[in-house]
Amino acid sequence: MSGFETLFGEYNVFGAFWVTVQLTVWGALGALLLGTVVAVCRVSPVGVLQQFGAWFVTLVRNTPLTLIVALCSLGISDVMKVYLADPDSNTFIVDNSFRWGVVAIAVYHASFVAEALRSGINTVPTGQAEAARAIGLSFGPTLRHVVLPQAFRGAIAPLGNTLIALTKNTTVVATVGVAEAAYMMSNMIEFNSSLLYWIFAIMATGFVILTLPTGLLFTWLSNRLAVHR
Amino acid sequence: MGAPEAETQAAVGEPLVVLSGVNKHFGTLHVLQDIEMTVHKGEVVVVLGPSGSGKSTLCRAINRLETIGSGTITIDGVPLPEEGRALARLRADVGMVFQSFNLFAHKTVLENITLGPIKVRGLKPAEASQRAMELLERVGVGDQAEKYPAQLSGGQQQRVAIARALAMDPKVILFDEPTSALDPEMVNEVLDVMVTLASGGMTMIVVTHEMGFARKAADRVVFMSEGQIVEENTPDEFFTNPQTDRARDFLSKILSH
Repeated sequence: MSGFETLFGEYNVFGAFWVTVQLTVWGALGALLLGTVVAVCRVSPVGVLQQFGAWFVTLVRNTPLTLIVALCSLGISDVMKVYLADPDSNTFIVDNSFRWGVVAIAVYHASFVAEALRSGINTVPTGQAEAARAIGLSFGPTLRHVVLPQAFRGAIAPLGNTLIALTKNTTVVATVGVAEAAYMMSNMIEFNSSLLYWIFAIMATGFVILTLPTGLLFTWLSNRLAVHR
Repeated sequence: MGAPEAETQAAVGEPLVVLSGVNKHFGTLHVLQDIEMTVHKGEVVVVLGPSGSGKSTLCRAINRLETIGSGTITIDGVPLPEEGRALARLRADVGMVFQSFNLFAHKTVLENITLGPIKVRGLKPAEASQRAMELLERVGVGDQAEKYPAQLSGGQQQRVAIARALAMDPKVILFDEPTSALDPEMVNEVLDVMVTLASGGMTMIVVTHEMGFARKAADRVVFMSEGQIVEENTPDEFFTNPQTDRARDFLSKILSH
């Protein structure tokens, strides 16, 4: 057990995974909001918005996450000096890179959320929207009260997939210095390379603990929230 | 059954729904051909015709669930607006009952009925619920208010759908084959509600295959075939003395059993 103790003694394993959790939660919230907007654009009756939605999904979904992270952190933040934290604060570097990391994760996964949601919208029979329009609801309220609540329930399973992928994809922001789990792992490998198997075990276990309950929760939710027709 | 004069009497009222020169194409198919039709306040018009004659399309065009190619449709003197808020406002005044019920599957029966009154009419939830319960009692499903649509029989769902339309206090209700998706033993419970509505003075446009309902409740029968209105008459006249070959042919097919 000495290797295990060494690693836990020298590194803040829980702290690093806590950063991973925070990236996941904020990234997922951002992705859900932005993805919903994009999905609504894609099904809206306005041509320009449909094109924007299609364009966003195609562009973002096909760009490697590493590239988006680099664009946000190195491009927009470092070169263009657009900061998401107060430059005079003591924690500026940590906060700024964390927040740009969240933005990159949110934008990237928004494209997947949008597609999951759009397939959810397609599971809602057209009669539902027709009935909503027939009682005088316009486009927005029809979506909000009738179509989207059913679409989300129909899209629970693919949204769960996206959330699990997002959890694991947070490791990419290690490349720009956000001190999450993968960042810790590369330090461990660099300075304690003799403990490679232990490092692997800690990382693997950590991510299983994060993702397995998510999967179970979403499977349960998709049964629980299924719309009976 | 009232005498024909009494029925024409009932038909007298302000013109409420007026279709003039309405045309629609689905690709090369000319589904509505120069439709001229006027429905007066308080009138019950039953639209009959074989499948594919355009009667459902006609019904759906009246609240613009189907767009039309040319012609005008006015409701209470107001031409049907393009998409947008004006159209939504007008639709609130035109009830619609669908063949497949289309109750909101994720909402309870009560919520199905109160959604429109709360979000469109701006009623307070308590007020809307009270009114919804009255309507549910009226259509005979008051004890199902907290259930979800999928837990109800087809006949119950369709009666809820009628209550949902009534909750908006519409000027006219469109029925698009309201009993065609029902098991035979449930048809009458829906027709009974519709007959009660008709005798209560509601303006109704009913696309149906239920000849019994047409005889009992209609002020006027409109017979459509291949996208045209072929014949218009009182139910008595239409069923006993059809004027056109197409109507005679249609009636002989459905009334021979």
